[in-house]
Amino acid sequence: MGALLELGWFLTLLAVGYGAGRILERRHYASIRRRERELADVLAFTMRFPPKTTRAQHAFLVSGTVVVSSDYFKTFVAGLRRLVGGRFRGYESLLERARREALLRLKQQARERGSALVVCVRFESTAITRGRVPSIEVVAYGTALVPQPR
Amino acid sequence: MITSNLELIPGKRIVEHLGIVQGSTVRAKHAGKDLFASLKNLVGGELKSYTELMQEARTEAVERMQAEARSIGANGVLNVRFATTSITAGAAEILAYGSAVRLVDA
Repeated sequence: MGALLELGWFLTLLAVGYGAGRILERRHYASIRRRERELADVLAFTMRFPPKTTRAQHAFLVSGTVVVSSDYFKTFVAGLRRLVGGRFRGYESLLERARREALLRLKQQARERGSALVVCVRFESTAITRGRVPSIEVVAYGTALVPQPR
Repeated sequence: MITSNLELIPGKRIVEHLGIVQGSTVRAKHAGKDLFASLKNLVGGELKSYTELMQEARTEAVERMQAEARSIGANGVLNVRFATTSITAGAAEILAYGSAVRLVDA
């Protein structure tokens, strides 16, 4: 009886994780796509040097941070996946979302401070695991430039 | 104080290098928020309280780095890098470091 209850509880958690996780992911993607269109005029590049033609009036550091966590279902499937190895789509989409979100926040910060050009953008991610469910911090940072008026 | 992860600033000239400056902070969230985050682990997605924590910590690290730069007479920190290390569950160290320089208008 006890084992049956435990199995029921486990399956419930799995179902909640799957259902809610999917809905949240879909919503997040919709929101990312909308804001990416809104912020399309803020340009971000990874190159180490600013464009030669730009004489900057201001230059300042901007960053965007996001901490995301896997859900119960994905973590469970990841456990199974570890047995056979190979590509794990659940975590790929999680990290992709986090990275796009971090970049959006960086662009938002740049726009709020009057810049439309961010150069030398770098990404960094760190696993901050708590218990069995992994959480990942993704940060995007770069230098926002405000060109001098001609 | 100009803070940037570029190696040079357009329109500015570096007249003096003053060495590496750094700032770091170790942060943890209180138990209540931590509990909420573990509930959030069920459905996945963003852990807002942790995002906030990291953002605050990064700002703090940058401020400490700038304070150090100011104390040695710099007016800019170039080539800034960030590093994060999780120390134990729920606590993380955030480090910002860069090169302190004196800049003048080119």
